[in-house]
Amino acid sequence: MISTKVNLAGVELKNPVMTASGTFGSGAEYGEMVNLNHLGAVVTKGVANVPWPGNPTPRIAEVYGGMLNAIGLQNPGFDVFASRDLPFLRQFDTKIIVNVCGKTTEDYIDVVEKLGDQPADMLEINISCPNVKEGGIAFGQDPKAVEMITREVKRHAKQPVIMKLSPNVTDITVMAKAAEAGGADALSLINTLTGMKIDIHKRKFALANRTGGLSGPAVKPVAVRMVYQVSQAVKLPIIGMGGIMTADDAIEFILAGATAVAVGTANFHNPYATEDIVRGIEDYMNLYGIQDINELIGAVAKADTEG
Amino acid sequence: MAQKKETAVVYSQEELAPGIFSMWIITEMAASAKPGQFIAVYSRDGSRILPRPISICEADPEEGRLRIVYRIAGAGTQEFSGYVSGDPIDIMGPLGNGFPREGENVFLIGGGIGIPPMLELAKQLNCEKQIILGYRDENLFLRDEFEAYGEVFVATEDGSVGSHGNVLDAIRENGLSADVMYACGPTPMLRALKEYAAKEGIPCYISLEEKMACGIGACLACVCKTRDVDSHSNVHNRRICKDGPVFPAQEVDL
Repeated sequence: MISTKVNLAGVELKNPVMTASGTFGSGAEYGEMVNLNHLGAVVTKGVANVPWPGNPTPRIAEVYGGMLNAIGLQNPGFDVFASRDLPFLRQFDTKIIVNVCGKTTEDYIDVVEKLGDQPADMLEINISCPNVKEGGIAFGQDPKAVEMITREVKRHAKQPVIMKLSPNVTDITVMAKAAEAGGADALSLINTLTGMKIDIHKRKFALANRTGGLSGPAVKPVAVRMVYQVSQAVKLPIIGMGGIMTADDAIEFILAGATAVAVGTANFHNPYATEDIVRGIEDYMNLYGIQDINELIGAVAKADTEG
Repeated sequence: MAQKKETAVVYSQEELAPGIFSMWIITEMAASAKPGQFIAVYSRDGSRILPRPISICEADPEEGRLRIVYRIAGAGTQEFSGYVSGDPIDIMGPLGNGFPREGENVFLIGGGIGIPPMLELAKQLNCEKQIILGYRDENLFLRDEFEAYGEVFVATEDGSVGSHGNVLDAIRENGLSADVMYACGPTPMLRALKEYAAKEGIPCYISLEEKMACGIGACLACVCKTRDVDSHSNVHNRRICKDGPVFPAQEVDL
């Protein structure tokens, strides 16, 4: 009997597969097609202390092997989230990771404090959204700000804190170390890469926001590289994401050093992607006689050292 | 029946007009599809990862077939247009809410590639129907198929057939009136119809489109602005894919 259990900052997941924030809502819609009980965790769409209207449309554009999005963190605010979405997710045998967004440090702390007595297993702090003017990435591109916001959130959080890092930096290991210094329990990476698409026939930006976050298979090699680099730079467990479409992709991230993986854009291409990846990881383990998935975490580096 | 994704089979495909294709698909979704709903069609080329939302033109539950009529708008729809009988086609659906069915004497209005979803509605509405179709030119795809369900009026942008101008020109020129309006087409047309309906004081249901990713209401890409705060979003946004694509015109900002 193989074991796919992984431990993320003291929280045990039945398998390493979770959803990537923003692609899966709070699970209600995909839950009609996917058995949420089969997922390691559901990571919710970012929630702020008050409702956010998000950006104008068009909010997405397809690009070769990927997509750009500039949703702008539209969310119904904490009260609706806590009264509707958390009770929904609680019905399932999966871990609940709540993604938190804010414009100011106080906003983040407000949500984190309100989540203290809620059925959330972990908090994922979004300091890397490229599509909002305030908050988001503004915190994620300066190591001092990363350390400060991590420390402030940790001071108020009852649950383990995952800091979600942006790839839109010169050296992501600097940000990872800053989060570690601030007391983070885990890291998520990568958020989307800032991109742009122009409609040459209309001579207009494809997105109303002009720029958007690139996701999908196009970003995967960048994400794998960053997960590897960060895993070498810090001791924190990593949730790896960025273009994971299949179990093979998920295994690649785990071998690079990720303890868990998040599936995002793939849901749009295949609504059953998360469950397919759970099954595919088991197939891989059976194929290679791997009894415990933890043997695979960072195994590329180990193999390299052993020569 | 809830939506699902499946690999269906192309039954037939033909080009109705330059760049406008009609495809019948063998799928169980035919049994539950309602007029105004749509399906998501997935490319078989991995470089195109998002499905294309395409409205349902007709459903034949007895034969187990759905029909889509679509315009080639890019590489994805170009790919679909090459599918032939027997080819596999990945689809998810049926998606969206569909049209309500009310009124004694209604307008069914389609503009351009907004015409196809009105065909199944025309078939299913059991009342007086005046069907107003707006085209660019003399390529009047589907026009003849509407004749069986009501009186058809045509407007063309270039004036080659029917009223010269848009669907409102056709309504005015022919002195038409109705107690409920149903429409699908380009936003400027829908905006004009919304204004017309407000002036006439009659309900108007419009089908909207927007760039979509998930197609099921999770990703919040395809929202429209609403007059009131929406109960799901808790802001002035509704999801076109899930809460729509059909909305009462007066409830949305265009």
